[in-house]
Amino acid sequence: MSQYLLSTYAVEGEVPGAPQTPEEMQASMRRVVALEDEMEATGTFVFGGALHGPDAATVIRAGDGDVVMTDGPFVEAKEHIAGFYIINADDLDAALAWARRVVDAINHPIEVRPFRATGRVQA
Amino acid sequence: MSRPVASGGEGSVLERVFREAYGQAVATLIRIFGDIALAEDAVQEAFVVASDRWRRDGIPPKPAGWIVTTARNRAIDDLRRSARGRALLEQLGALATAPHGAGVEERGGDGPVRDDQLRLIFTCCHPALRTEHQVALTLRPLGGLSVEEVARSFLVSESAMAKRLVRAKCRIKAANIPYRVPDQADLPERVRSVLSVLYLIYNTGLDAPERGSLRAEGIRLARALVELMPGEPEAAGLLALMLLNESRVPARTAEGELVLLRDQDRTRWDRTLIAEGRAIVRTCIRRGRPGPYQLQAAIQAVHCDADSFEATDWPQIVSLYDHLLSVMRATACRPIASAGSVRASAVSSATRWARASAGKVSSRVGSSRSPRAANGRAASVSAGREPRTT
Repeated sequence: MSQYLLSTYAVEGEVPGAPQTPEEMQASMRRVVALEDEMEATGTFVFGGALHGPDAATVIRAGDGDVVMTDGPFVEAKEHIAGFYIINADDLDAALAWARRVVDAINHPIEVRPFRATGRVQA
Repeated sequence: MSRPVASGGEGSVLERVFREAYGQAVATLIRIFGDIALAEDAVQEAFVVASDRWRRDGIPPKPAGWIVTTARNRAIDDLRRSARGRALLEQLGALATAPHGAGVEERGGDGPVRDDQLRLIFTCCHPALRTEHQVALTLRPLGGLSVEEVARSFLVSESAMAKRLVRAKCRIKAANIPYRVPDQADLPERVRSVLSVLYLIYNTGLDAPERGSLRAEGIRLARALVELMPGEPEAAGLLALMLLNESRVPARTAEGELVLLRDQDRTRWDRTLIAEGRAIVRTCIRRGRPGPYQLQAAIQAVHCDADSFEATDWPQIVSLYDHLLSVMRATACRPIASAGSVRASAVSSATRWARASAGKVSSRVGSSRSPRAANGRAASVSAGREPRTT
């Protein structure tokens, strides 16, 4: 069993393909809820979330014995992670199959990345 | 078609047997141990043993089975020496306690070995891998070429190719790319990926004489795929396409320059290859499940049937290009940037060219695109590069 990060990217604050009308929004929500139900029922779902935009980000750096905080994202880019799932999957093909279903539900590209390690660091 | 064996002798026979056995043995060892690097190391050790013993005692009737048994026993011995290895053997369960050699001989039979190889093909050509990684894996662990041979074919140093292979194997491990034949739902997309890698290998061989061995390698792998997937008409189509392209190789260069299809000396085309390619195309037509490779093969078959450029059945070629274009439009709209997927625009321009040729063949083609470019683009499917003439 491996764990994978499934992330969506917003481009300049907009999520391309996001629902525009209230009806589309409702339909999209229904799809996502149904998909997450299935992820949970199959032991696939580990964690998921939607993030505030990069303007809500703060970067903290260690300075000369001092901690410096700066407003804004670590990377200045047009694209930022908008939301993500962490899932359990037997292998990459299984993870890609889930990712495909997320893409169908949210109408937006998904990046799939395997975790090198998860949980607490073992000393 | 196996690669020409240099200057006879025992060494080269061994070399050929090794190459054939390498991919099979590695594939089976991967199934047993779940690790490409470990499988390759064990198979290489077994080859060292084999090269001594076989020179002395002769080549056994099932060389791949012999290599698998020896490699498996070596791997188990190696694993027993480290704590991590013993843990892995524990995970693998009964295998670790099985007496040496037990349960392996029957793997020398065709069934499971072929399944192992098919699984490995899909792993090596997984769409999550970069094209250069797909190609390197297909030639080395699967095709049994040495790292040095693969490196030479791609004009990179042996150490660079070795690094590339290590990275590719790390990627498989890190992402946990599975070692199995994909589900029915994923199969068409995954088969496309395998076919495009094999055709890319063939076309790389077609591009330059110093890489000519890749053509034979591409054809050998396509033959193997047809045997492994007899129900997949596009695999047969790819093999036919390669054979028909291959038939014209003797006539497609003169003094180092490419010769256009219209100017080629057709008496130099290889009739045996044409006959085999054409027979496969006929079988494909009877099957009635056309796809891009089968249709491209059919187009090449029509070219190969003509005694001269002028005598080509152009209406037939136009109709095949139209069919190809509609098949491409139906399948190419999926957002998969698979390295070798034929671009609909290229086919479209080739269709225009074929139509122009049908109308004006006697007065040299009036289309703004040269026939060489258009024909080459449609007939050759390579990774985003402009292919040359056929």
